[in-house]
Amino acid sequence: MAYELIIEAGASEKNYWKDLWRYRELFYILAWRDLKVRYKQTVMGAAWSIIRPVLTTIIFTFIFSRVAKLPASGSAPYALMVFVGMLPWQFFANSLSEASMSLIGNSNLITKVYFPRMIIPASSVITSLVDLAISMVILVAMFFIYHFVPVITIVFLPFFILIAFISAFGVGLYITALNVKYRDFRYIIPFIIQFGLYITPVGFSSSVIPDRWRLVYALNPMVGVVDGFRWCILGSPLNLPSFLISIVISLLFLWLGIWYFRKTEKSFADNI
Amino acid sequence: MSSIIEVENISKQFIIGHEANERYTTLRDEISKRAKDFFSFSNRETRRKQHASKEIFFALKDVSFRIEQGDRLGIIGRNGAGKSTLLKILSRITEPSSGKIKIKGRVASLLEVGTGFHPELTGRENIFLNGAILGMSRTEIRRKFDEIVAFADIEKFLDTPVKRYSSGMYVRLAFAVAAHLEPEILIVDEVLAVGDMEFQKKCIGKMEDVSKNEGRTVIFVSHNMGVIKTLCNNGILLVNGLVSEIGSLDLIVPKYLNSSSEFRNVEYVHREGGEIFKITNVNINETKGAMVKMLSEINFQIDFDAYNFRDDAEFFLLIYNNEGNCIQGTFQEDSFTLLKIRQQYGRVNLKMTNTLIPGKYLISVGCFDKRRNFLDWIEYCEGFEVEGIYDDNRIYRKRLGATLVNDSIWSLEK
Repeated sequence: MAYELIIEAGASEKNYWKDLWRYRELFYILAWRDLKVRYKQTVMGAAWSIIRPVLTTIIFTFIFSRVAKLPASGSAPYALMVFVGMLPWQFFANSLSEASMSLIGNSNLITKVYFPRMIIPASSVITSLVDLAISMVILVAMFFIYHFVPVITIVFLPFFILIAFISAFGVGLYITALNVKYRDFRYIIPFIIQFGLYITPVGFSSSVIPDRWRLVYALNPMVGVVDGFRWCILGSPLNLPSFLISIVISLLFLWLGIWYFRKTEKSFADNI
Repeated sequence: MSSIIEVENISKQFIIGHEANERYTTLRDEISKRAKDFFSFSNRETRRKQHASKEIFFALKDVSFRIEQGDRLGIIGRNGAGKSTLLKILSRITEPSSGKIKIKGRVASLLEVGTGFHPELTGRENIFLNGAILGMSRTEIRRKFDEIVAFADIEKFLDTPVKRYSSGMYVRLAFAVAAHLEPEILIVDEVLAVGDMEFQKKCIGKMEDVSKNEGRTVIFVSHNMGVIKTLCNNGILLVNGLVSEIGSLDLIVPKYLNSSSEFRNVEYVHREGGEIFKITNVNINETKGAMVKMLSEINFQIDFDAYNFRDDAEFFLLIYNNEGNCIQGTFQEDSFTLLKIRQQYGRVNLKMTNTLIPGKYLISVGCFDKRRNFLDWIEYCEGFEVEGIYDDNRIYRKRLGATLVNDSIWSLEK
């Protein structure tokens, strides 16, 4: 027989990526399930992914533009700038909270069936990606409202979405694994997300940050992602060194996430 | 021909210490522990002592065996003997601590009926989801879709969310998907013990079909020796993580049942229920391991803890022979009496005439509420032995295969 399987301590390490490929169909179907359940369970499901960013955008525009009188970057209206920043941030925040709970939510699968565990947080990040797509529809609506024509660089948007995906997936994997190990970690996640919203340039432009702090500021990987989105959709100026630093940090997180996840993955079934 | 599965010296160990015995830690504990370590002046010596206090527990130790193509292997053992761990290792859910297993062919494991079923999704959607989880490809599921639906008998409810299904329908659908897997090797945990009797029969029939007629290799775990004996041709008896016996079931099953009737002070295995009502102790003729004469009176004493349950209860008692076949069952329904439970602790007495021929027997005792839901069911909880003499001290002579005797009156018509 062609297919032979060897089970021993550490065997799954060797065939890790091959296994991941073999189980791709399970990945599709789990992502499909997550989506289906999400939009079936609540009629609000889809509405929610529209209402939340819109409300936050209105509040942020009011506070940062009217009350704090911060300048917009480039020529785009302030609300549009906030919303474009909100897109990747919302995606990142959703991915993080969904991924972190995904393993515990699927513990019945983990203790009963074998598959590469990475499939589960990955499929929950995919659902957030669909939310992002829905929010994009509002963006188009806002273009009409503000009579704004996006710049030609918008063709690079997929590239920036990919970077957003990498940061969300990397950080998500790391937190997911931590969450299995330390069950009270989930209380920290909402805090990280809330805190992150204010240290990421969502409600304001990163150009308000003093120049000498720009590079330090870019250690937050979402800074580069948000700046990138604004550059390619609105044509806001892009600080290249800070952008590159964010990309490097994102990749670093991806590596760290995968490494830590793989390290702890073997004992998930024993711990969960 | 080489074996389809070769298991070589598999061990699985868990570390139990006073801190590590929780299944997961919390960050709070971790931080406070680190802080304590840091501030306390405990030097390396004491810390090393703490490490030494950790105990290594072997769930499996040096387990080796081979399975040939087409074998149907039953794994037998008491709770905690390592059966589930072995299945989990074979189906790759956990890794062994040491040892090696070689498997030729596709493995599908069925450790639970309906793994991954989502209540919000419809029957149709769940077939695809569950199939994929069990390792079927989409084309494979599509090809067998009609067959699965027909087997489960749920055509009318295909597009209803599973949460509206009755528990019977749910189980039928779940098993139907699993039954249409076509792996070379099928690993099945005690999942046939669900659903109504008729469907159970259908499942066992299907399992027999899969294993005997299609020549697949099956590894099967069950507490039900009768089912094991119909389905399997070989067995492994695990005792405390070690292989105690490998070979023919006719040899192993009596050994297992004998050993379980010898275990005194062992906790009862609650097969069903046991949450709101618990049978705490069972005696036979006021003792354990009673000796009983043929056609004599036999008395069972069943102690219970009813917690807050105050309602009608129906007790039953099953008697198994040495081979694990259930040969006699007494249900309160037979005598049209239910017992009204009025207090938390109590004892139920059952008196019957012993109609069994000499040999060793095991009993299961259980209890339904008036809607026939299990309140509790403890399996193989006690045993007794029937002596080779009658109540009036005549010696018993072996007869032609009959397993029951009766106090009968013979007469010649004039």
